[in-house]
Amino acid sequence: MASKKHNEVVIDVDERNELGHPLDYRELNEKIRGCISSGMEKVILKGVTGQRYIASAMDDPDVKIDIHGTPGNDLGAFLNGGTIEVFGNAQDVTGNTMNDGRIIVHGNSWDITGLAARGGTILIRGNSGYRVGIHMKEFNGSGPRLVIGGSVHDYLGEYMAGGTIAILGIGMEEDVSPVGLSVGTGMHGGRIFVRGAVEEHQLGTAAHVLPLTDEDWEELQSMIEEFEHAFGLKPSRCRDDYVKVGPLDSRPFRGHYDKTNI
Amino acid sequence: MSVQTVVRLPEKYRPVVDHELCLRCKKCVRACSYEVLEFKDDRIRPKPGCVACLRCVYECPAQCITVKEMEPQFAHHAVFDPVLRRSIIAQSNSGGVLLSSCGANVEYMDIFSHLLLDAAQVTNPSIDPLREPVETRTYLGRRPGKVTVTDDGRIDLQSSSTPLVVMDMPIMIGHISLGSISYNAQAALFQAASELNIVAGTGEGGLHADFYKHSKNLCAEVASGRFGVTSHYLKEVSSVEIKIGQGAKPGHGGHLPGEKVQELVSQTRMIPLGTDALSPYPHHDIYSIEDLQQLISVLKESTEYQVPVGVKIAAVHNVGAIASGIVRAGADFITVDGLRGGTGSAPRVIRDHAGMPIEIAISAVDQRLQEEGLRDKVTLCASGSIRSAADMIKCIALGADVVGVCTAAMIAMGCTVCQQCHRGMCTWGIATQRQDLVGRLQTPVAAQRVVNLFRAWNEELKEMLGAMGIDSVESLVGNRDRLRYIGPNPRIAEILGVKHSGEGWG
Repeated sequence: MASKKHNEVVIDVDERNELGHPLDYRELNEKIRGCISSGMEKVILKGVTGQRYIASAMDDPDVKIDIHGTPGNDLGAFLNGGTIEVFGNAQDVTGNTMNDGRIIVHGNSWDITGLAARGGTILIRGNSGYRVGIHMKEFNGSGPRLVIGGSVHDYLGEYMAGGTIAILGIGMEEDVSPVGLSVGTGMHGGRIFVRGAVEEHQLGTAAHVLPLTDEDWEELQSMIEEFEHAFGLKPSRCRDDYVKVGPLDSRPFRGHYDKTNI
Repeated sequence: MSVQTVVRLPEKYRPVVDHELCLRCKKCVRACSYEVLEFKDDRIRPKPGCVACLRCVYECPAQCITVKEMEPQFAHHAVFDPVLRRSIIAQSNSGGVLLSSCGANVEYMDIFSHLLLDAAQVTNPSIDPLREPVETRTYLGRRPGKVTVTDDGRIDLQSSSTPLVVMDMPIMIGHISLGSISYNAQAALFQAASELNIVAGTGEGGLHADFYKHSKNLCAEVASGRFGVTSHYLKEVSSVEIKIGQGAKPGHGGHLPGEKVQELVSQTRMIPLGTDALSPYPHHDIYSIEDLQQLISVLKESTEYQVPVGVKIAAVHNVGAIASGIVRAGADFITVDGLRGGTGSAPRVIRDHAGMPIEIAISAVDQRLQEEGLRDKVTLCASGSIRSAADMIKCIALGADVVGVCTAAMIAMGCTVCQQCHRGMCTWGIATQRQDLVGRLQTPVAAQRVVNLFRAWNEELKEMLGAMGIDSVESLVGNRDRLRYIGPNPRIAEILGVKHSGEGWG
């Protein structure tokens, strides 16, 4: 039953129908869209049990969706605006092809977080999985920002064409890298900031450890600030603790092909 | 010390000028973006590098240029043909992966020419399409499977859960992105699609703001790079297609070189200027049929179930089983792209050697879906070198609802299939982003020529349907009894489910 308070509405996602089922994703998204179009600015979802595609393609920059429980895959896909805050863990492909808006997860998110995002902000308090931030890209001077509080697995930022990823390594032993193998494979734009070391063998083709410029540090600080604000955690603010991974060339596979007219 | 390792390849083509007739107007020199022609000592003189695009021939007011194919300079050898030797020399020069474009350039796979169509004689009457209606209207999207009749005898349209796209003929213009072709060329294709009331694919490059006026006749492509894909765009078009693969390069991604990513392409694809636009080989959120189901579902959810969502795959060995999975994953239509399908750029080794001819692939998919009781649910689109109305008709009889056509539409616009698309210097203003070249293609003219071509094909389709005594193209779909095989390998007939020529009804 949806209850209302000012411009705020609570949806009990776990409320059972006559068959004993909770709301499915289609019904849930219809309800969310209905609430937004009727002028609600905050939609609180209680008892979310893996419903997928929540708030996909949401447009309104002033809307906030609070999620209690565990949302399913493709949370906030094609997001154009608004804020999604998850008080729990998120699953795969959070923020798929996201354009703008914010996704905040007070827990972990699993694989392919931020796939092909070209704008907006994703903040993950805990850890994330494999293939995080693959093929993020930037455009018209603005790009996506992805901050992971803890660590990530392999293939971080593969094919990255723009945007910024920060891996803060909170709670990690100092000599343990918070990123896995094949970091930035095929990367041709954007930047990845990692607290702690990234060894040569962790880098993928076309990715390089580069010096952190003043501009980089400024951007990283603003991302850390946003993270602190969202979660009240204090990641390291020491510039020397961070390294930058980036491409040397925006065209890494130049020369790979032969155009001779056979 | 560097060693000279580059060996020059013998010339393939050479423009030959009749100096008696030549007006010395130098139009040909300006026409050639490959800079093969120069004016020196009062004469037009050729340099090496001619690709036989024939632009100079077209431009010459005196009609005094012909392009000559040079005799192979190599000694004859039955195994190491000149193409092989040229490839080896080029790769020994560069160490690179050989690129090419257009479709497979190998002779062994044309099965269309081994199929013959039936016609009506005595026992069933043929139909004259000039006097009687022959329906070619086609629908793209998921079939309801059943219809419910209400108490008052009307058909309940609610039983169809997804919208259908209506097309006036069973032809789609395939996905050709802005980037692989020019603004003017894409404008012409879209304009033609609107005029014909058919669907054209946008390709993986997003949709330019100017082209939204055609959106009801467009199918948006969601490929692994997700270039230009936003929910606004997806909601605006008539249909959405997830591109898993392309017949010309199954398993391969896309690679639009940085020099083509200029302002226009950068804006439309929503990527930085001048960087390579790399489409990853797989979608990184799709490693299984279940994952595909997720992308289909999220696209439907994001477009609020207003547009059908299809999946395009390259024809590969297990295409039937894959297609079955795709239907079960919720796709509303499937496009199967055969190995002769075109491309703006693909490694030769994949273009010429990977995949399956569309004739076999579409038949395999159609049969497999029938066996599993799924065929009625989806629209099947077949593409990959549908070169004529005859190919289209045979393809439909082998199980396609719709055919996708690209290269023929390109030829209508001026393309001569010189296979240099990947070099971005197209003298006809089609496969290029160079402004001086793009301007050569006049959109209204090109659009009208595409309209003419497909109208003609549709008339030929009606003629053939009429001759077969069929009054609606839907009745031809998968109607293998109207085909007979006449090629060298009866096993192919068996696989296609087609009788051999000479085999009839008792």
